Amino acid sequence: MLPASAVLAQPTSPAEGVRAVPSVLQLIGNTPLIEIHRVRDGVAPGVRLLGKLEGFNPGGSVKDRPALKMIEDGLRRGLLVPGKTILDSTSGNTGIALAMVGAALGYPVELVMPGNVSTERKKVVEAFGARVVYSDPLEGSDGAIRLCRTILAASPERYFKPDQYFNPANPQAHYESTGPEIWQQTGGRVTHFVAGLGTGGTIMGTGRYLKERNPAVQIVAAEPDDAFHGIEGLKHMASSIVPGIYHEQELDLKIGVSTDDAYNMVYSLGREEGLLVGQSCGAAYVVALRIARTLAEGTVVVLFADFGDRYLSTNLWLGWQRLGEAAAPAGGGRR
Amino acid sequence: MVHVKVPTPLRKYTQSADVEATGDTVGALLADLDRRYPGLRERICDPDGQVKRFVNIFVNGEDIRFLKNLETALKTGDELSIVPAIAGGR
Repeated sequence: MLPASAVLAQPTSPAEGVRAVPSVLQLIGNTPLIEIHRVRDGVAPGVRLLGKLEGFNPGGSVKDRPALKMIEDGLRRGLLVPGKTILDSTSGNTGIALAMVGAALGYPVELVMPGNVSTERKKVVEAFGARVVYSDPLEGSDGAIRLCRTILAASPERYFKPDQYFNPANPQAHYESTGPEIWQQTGGRVTHFVAGLGTGGTIMGTGRYLKERNPAVQIVAAEPDDAFHGIEGLKHMASSIVPGIYHEQELDLKIGVSTDDAYNMVYSLGREEGLLVGQSCGAAYVVALRIARTLAEGTVVVLFADFGDRYLSTNLWLGWQRLGEAAAPAGGGRR
Repeated sequence: MVHVKVPTPLRKYTQSADVEATGDTVGALLADLDRRYPGLRERICDPDGQVKRFVNIFVNGEDIRFLKNLETALKTGDELSIVPAIAGGR
């Protein structure tokens, strides 16, 4: 087997000959930024709305960044060694990312997911060769967190648990990559950064970097407006196990979004911008628009955590809507 | 009596993960649940009475969307689960 150090090596750029990266892991990050032109009713001309398209990561989401960073950190610290299995709880994208990184490095991966994660997620994770344990759907992601702790406690010597909710390498990944990319891609002009709250890793790490470069940058979080919601990937912090890496005082603002508003925004972005994103992206963009409408000028960057094609079997598209009505314009009829 | 499994975010109404209610149909059962636990139905249904689009209801493991929706018949001993679309940190 190729040693981990070779798989993780940075690519070289020969003057001639084959130009290839050593593995899929070097394709993580450096995602594009896109201007949102049409879905911006009520926004002043001096305000730019920019989407950071994390779906371009090879595992299909922003979670490739922390997954790689946490595993690199585990290898560096000697916590992940041959013979160990990577274990974590996840409701989806982190599981896919861990499964991909584990496969690329040759480490087995075991994931605890709520039984009601989307079919696409289950299939993708299994396609990467990971083993999946399902927790009670009624308990949500907190149920997966608890079951994962039980599995780990039963045989701690078998596993390396990245522990995305408590691992500082999670926000660090964003401090080192997402933040600098946004700063460079906007030429330092970013005035607001908006992202959804899942583990809090994205907004903590990216926010810290941007605040260091310019303390005036506003860091704004989008979260579900209720504990009982359908915005996959996001946490309603007040009713959840609060992640250890999440420090609310580092946010400038946190705005609640209803599931209906988030879903309708996904439909609008698909139809009007040609941008099919996931439901958490809909929630984040609802917040970005609310912020943008209060500004005379500014550069609002919103993080789109993934694309929408891995949600086609979920309530977002199939739910209680009759087929054919699912793509009604935002604000229009919903059934 | 129908056994009803309640998801974590709604247990503040029922104080329990498992409760019992009556009704010949899912719609009637939701009405009975609301009588027993006031306010519960409006968390599950929109004002027009339809189930919110991010909520899934299963009768004996079958999604009622593929049965007869709110008209799905119930009998004593059935198990009804109220499951939100997946939610939580990734």
